[in-house]
Amino acid sequence: MSIQKRPVIELRGASKVFRTPSGGLHTAVRDLNLTVEQGEFVAVVGPTGCGKSTTLTLVSGLEEATEGEVMVGGAPVSGIGDKVGFVFQQDAVFPWRSVLSNVMAGPRFRGVPKAEAKERARSWLARVGLSAFEDRYPHQLSGGQRKRVALAATFVNDPELLLMDEPFSALDVQTRALMSDELLDLWAGTGASVVFVTHDLEESIALADKVVVMTAGPATVKEIFTIDLPRPRRVEAVRLEPRFVEIYREIWSSLGEEVRITRERSASDAA
Amino acid sequence: MPLETDSAPAPKARAAAENAGSTGTTGGTRAQARARAARNRRITVYTARVLLLIGLLGLWEWLARSAVIDPFNFSMPSKIWDQIVRWATDGTPQGSLWEQIWYTLYEALVGWIIGVVAGVILGIALGRVRFLSDVLGPYIKVLNALPRIVLAPIFLIWFGLGPASKIASAVVLVFFPVFFNAFQGAREVDRNLVANARILGASNRQVTFQVVIPSATSWIFTSLHVSFGFALIGAIVGEYIGATKGLGLLVSASQGTFNAAGVYAAMVILAVVALLAEGVLSFLERSLFRWKPADSGDGR
Repeated sequence: MSIQKRPVIELRGASKVFRTPSGGLHTAVRDLNLTVEQGEFVAVVGPTGCGKSTTLTLVSGLEEATEGEVMVGGAPVSGIGDKVGFVFQQDAVFPWRSVLSNVMAGPRFRGVPKAEAKERARSWLARVGLSAFEDRYPHQLSGGQRKRVALAATFVNDPELLLMDEPFSALDVQTRALMSDELLDLWAGTGASVVFVTHDLEESIALADKVVVMTAGPATVKEIFTIDLPRPRRVEAVRLEPRFVEIYREIWSSLGEEVRITRERSASDAA
Repeated sequence: MPLETDSAPAPKARAAAENAGSTGTTGGTRAQARARAARNRRITVYTARVLLLIGLLGLWEWLARSAVIDPFNFSMPSKIWDQIVRWATDGTPQGSLWEQIWYTLYEALVGWIIGVVAGVILGIALGRVRFLSDVLGPYIKVLNALPRIVLAPIFLIWFGLGPASKIASAVVLVFFPVFFNAFQGAREVDRNLVANARILGASNRQVTFQVVIPSATSWIFTSLHVSFGFALIGAIVGEYIGATKGLGLLVSASQGTFNAAGVYAAMVILAVVALLAEGVLSFLERSLFRWKPADSGDGR
């Protein structure tokens, strides 16, 4: 799609080791090699708890890699870059701020004058359909609406790189499909690269250009699949296409094995 | 773009409207009946409360008058009321009653404000800066273990009979609960919120002032309620030990003249003052926490 393809994210042999509360060492990801190109939508799938989220925190700069290299925009990551947007799994809107003030938070943190921040926030609230709700507080909104606030608050910073950590997993199925479509619409205009972590294979195929399958923890890249479904897509319609089912079957033969390994492990842990 | 809140309640509302249309009269009377039942319940509760108070006071009065309990030691409600009225109209031996109340309130208030400000600042600072909490932690624990009320005589020696010594004892009583709550509040901030703020571009300073402090306020406010009571205790105990004015002095003076009614009367006045202060705090809290979901009942 893009003419000059330059990698936005490059992971070269990245590993992350955490110290557990009991003093042991836990390897979340090991020897991770992954390239994400500009404007690309990459979905990362893997068994539950394998370390998918850790990959995102390494790229975002929230955590530092124990070993290996993490490059964003051609430079090694040190601290949190200002071109990065992050949508969290849980609600991360500020409950004491109104909807408008939540969306203004990013620009205001970055020193944008108040009037301009307000204007930009209003335009993004309009795009996610929440203009009428700008004076509400988060507790007065539904889960889907709070997610929209989070999306607007992320997009208002014009991120070149969008990291999403199972952003829609807490929503019900219908809202989720709706939000996925909205995400595709919002993303289409920005030219940002997206890394979307999920454990839902259907969601990942419907959204992404490239699906990365991770192994059971400690995670590393197992296989990468290119999704050749045409855009623009509607997630609920695209699921019914024969090509979708084909791709699904192909990827599942790879992912299913890792899921089984994880299950067997947790079963033997319990025994 | 369809919104789920727009579409979801609509069928329900329509159903309700149809319902009301077909069975309008029964719906109306049912709502009225429910409102009436709620009102009746409220009246019953208030009546029971008043009856309980009258019963207890009446029992006390009767026991004292019939000399089952010694009226000299235990006094009786009517005498206490007389005492309050006499103080209010003729003034106390130390000057007018209002002046005594104002003195105590002033000492408690100043002590409370200093204690709260110091507690919040230090609590947030130690909660945010690991190094500070590692260094100061043990000292604060030791100071907290000390029964701080015994400091009141020391403050009297240091600061004299005036308000300063009472303010000091109020401060040490108020500081610790506020400090520990602010500290805990700063420590228990949702990690997601902090991570989100940092991703959105917040500096450390902005995280402290715009994420940590707002989310710690509900912790801090819980301690404010308790700590105003502590401030009053500090002021009263300080006055009791040695003062020229104040409700605590009224208590100790009444005690010195074997005036039991005077001790009780001062207690009643104190209780009223404390309740009023509590009311003001609750009001402030409600206006400050508009962003919080309203209480969904008390679970009964």
